[in-house]
Amino acid sequence: MNIWLIPALPLLGAFILIVAGSGLPRRVATIIGSGSVGLAALVTLIVGYNFISTGATSVDFIAWQWIDVADFSPAIAYHLDALSLVFIFVITFVGFLIHVYSAEFMAEDEGCTRFFAYLNLFVCSMLTLVLADNLVLLYLGWEGVGLCSYLLIGFWYTDEKNGYAARKAFIVTRVGDTALAIGLFMLFQNFNTLNIQEIATQATQQWTVGSETAMIISLLLLGGAVGKSAQLPLQTWLPDAMAGPSPVSALIHAATMVTAGVYLIARTHVIFEMAPGALLIVGIIGAVTLTIAGFTALTQHDLKRVLAYSTISQIGYMFLALGVSAWSAAIFHFMIHAFFKALLFLAAGAVIMALHHEHDMYKMGGLRKKLPAIYWTFLIGASSLAALPLVTGGFYSKDQILWLSLAGENGNIWFFLFALLGAFITSIYTFRMLFLTFFGEEKTHVGHAPGRGMTIPLLVLAGLSTLGGFIELPHSFGHFTIFSNFLSPVLPSVAVQEDFENIEWIVQLVAAGVALSGVYVAYVFYIVKPGLSEELKMSAADLHKFFFNGWGFDALYDKLFVRPFVFISNINKKDIADKLYDGLVMLANWFNRILAYTQSGVLRWYIMGIVIGGILLLTLGLIKS
Amino acid sequence: MNEIQITGGLLLAGILFTLGLVGVLIRRNIIFMLVCVEIMLNAAGLAFIVAGSKWAQPDGQVMFIFILTMAAAEVSVGLALILQIHHQLKTLDGDAANTMKG
Repeated sequence: MNIWLIPALPLLGAFILIVAGSGLPRRVATIIGSGSVGLAALVTLIVGYNFISTGATSVDFIAWQWIDVADFSPAIAYHLDALSLVFIFVITFVGFLIHVYSAEFMAEDEGCTRFFAYLNLFVCSMLTLVLADNLVLLYLGWEGVGLCSYLLIGFWYTDEKNGYAARKAFIVTRVGDTALAIGLFMLFQNFNTLNIQEIATQATQQWTVGSETAMIISLLLLGGAVGKSAQLPLQTWLPDAMAGPSPVSALIHAATMVTAGVYLIARTHVIFEMAPGALLIVGIIGAVTLTIAGFTALTQHDLKRVLAYSTISQIGYMFLALGVSAWSAAIFHFMIHAFFKALLFLAAGAVIMALHHEHDMYKMGGLRKKLPAIYWTFLIGASSLAALPLVTGGFYSKDQILWLSLAGENGNIWFFLFALLGAFITSIYTFRMLFLTFFGEEKTHVGHAPGRGMTIPLLVLAGLSTLGGFIELPHSFGHFTIFSNFLSPVLPSVAVQEDFENIEWIVQLVAAGVALSGVYVAYVFYIVKPGLSEELKMSAADLHKFFFNGWGFDALYDKLFVRPFVFISNINKKDIADKLYDGLVMLANWFNRILAYTQSGVLRWYIMGIVIGGILLLTLGLIKS
Repeated sequence: MNEIQITGGLLLAGILFTLGLVGVLIRRNIIFMLVCVEIMLNAAGLAFIVAGSKWAQPDGQVMFIFILTMAAAEVSVGLALILQIHHQLKTLDGDAANTMKG
């Protein structure tokens, strides 16, 4: 099995595009860019087929020794198991569809070749991250996605605002990365290795459940995950990251970057299980984030910002699932989310393009008839996001999380209530978005409709986000668990508390009811009585503003970190540390001046110099002997 | 007996060298400076001869011949330079030749 081909192919694509870059015709660049990811997807299929048919639990591939210093010897090595297989499947396939879509989306753009080079590098980094068998290689991929997100968010760099957004994403995630790095140092100090499998075995042997070291390390890893996955309190970068082109948003939100945190926690779940306190914090972060982001999404005007907050909220669900040890439920939701979120972003991109870069939902409307293909696929994606019962993939994945947040061994009623509230808000803002964009009267003239290159990926993703749900059916009907069975060698399944065993159908009924009532609320507010939402907004203007600005996190960070920093750097304009080096320069200048005097041209002075030097040397020699 | 001879010879060489050095340092006339350099060279040669005789080695005398040859070459170049300086500056004052600072 040639696992190494999977990350190598996009890397090769990126390499060719970067080196041959400007010399290539646009068409060739597009083909190389999407072709390399397509091939990687093909290899993934073959590898996955072999993996499942041989029944192996994991496959290792060691490319070469990377570093070998004393006890520290990480290799460039890949470890394929059920977890990484799910991730590489999503990354390569969704990535490929996004590439195909971008071929048309970016066709007119100046930097088309550059764009594909970055995209390929992004996919390669993410694949390295999920396939790495040691945490150092994982960290390489981790930083790789950070770099690529920076490059892609600031892709249209001529606009200053995009550059700021890119830097914000880079710096904010760096906070988490620092925590992760410290976590890795501590892990190495404890176990003398950074190989993930070895750490997992040693952790269970050396630590007791609830040990302090496990707690600290778990929290540091969580810090990293929170940064990349845009969870509380580091979520502020993601909405601004919408500055990049739409396919980039789709890639960041669906297949790469923000899911890295989910992957990291799932991958190191052994450590987290040693620290129940940290797991509880993971759950709390998830629950709070999904609610906060949901409320913010309710108030946004910009189509893409709604989707951005919705991603934060859905990743919150995944964190919640991780927090209650429902590992496979989190990964299941990740997969379905990747399908429908990629779909939603790509559809939103198509809408925005058709309306000549109009982002404001209140200036859209009536697109149902003009862009039918987009409308239907968007409807499917939105239903999946809102978890409409029975027919959507999102229902099955989200239902599992809701159920386990209540009935799982670590679940409790509060998690469940938060998740339920989140589900309600999700379906309101999702259908608000749908109604505002596609219903009502037309407010902006539609330019050209998207062509086949953009519609086909949408259709495929629509299919996936519907059918993907049926590979894991709840106990109450079907009890079909191919997905969690597949993951069970890597991720332990979660036990259900006995008291709840017989009420699963009630929970499902409640969840379904909540989702549908959310749709109804949105219907009343935005179709039946469009004025109602305005009135509500007026009556609670302050609250609306608070939600609209993302609960004031940006303002808070501005006061807490940015302003003091700017203040201090203003005081220290002439860097104090520079004084030392300035001093060295002055000293050298002074010596230079003194020595310049000695060069007088008077021969006898020169001889005097020689004599004094000679006497000094002789004296030194005498003293020494 | 031998000891005293060596000490005396080296002492003489030292005195001569110092005299030459002082002469180079205090005289302004370039011809005198050249002569003083010659004295210093000879002092060094004397030291070599004395040392050679002390260890009964011919090397000291070989070195002296070297120094002699070098002194001859040096004087010829030195005199040529002095002629040039006199020609250019109309003086034999060594300090006047300070326009060559580089």
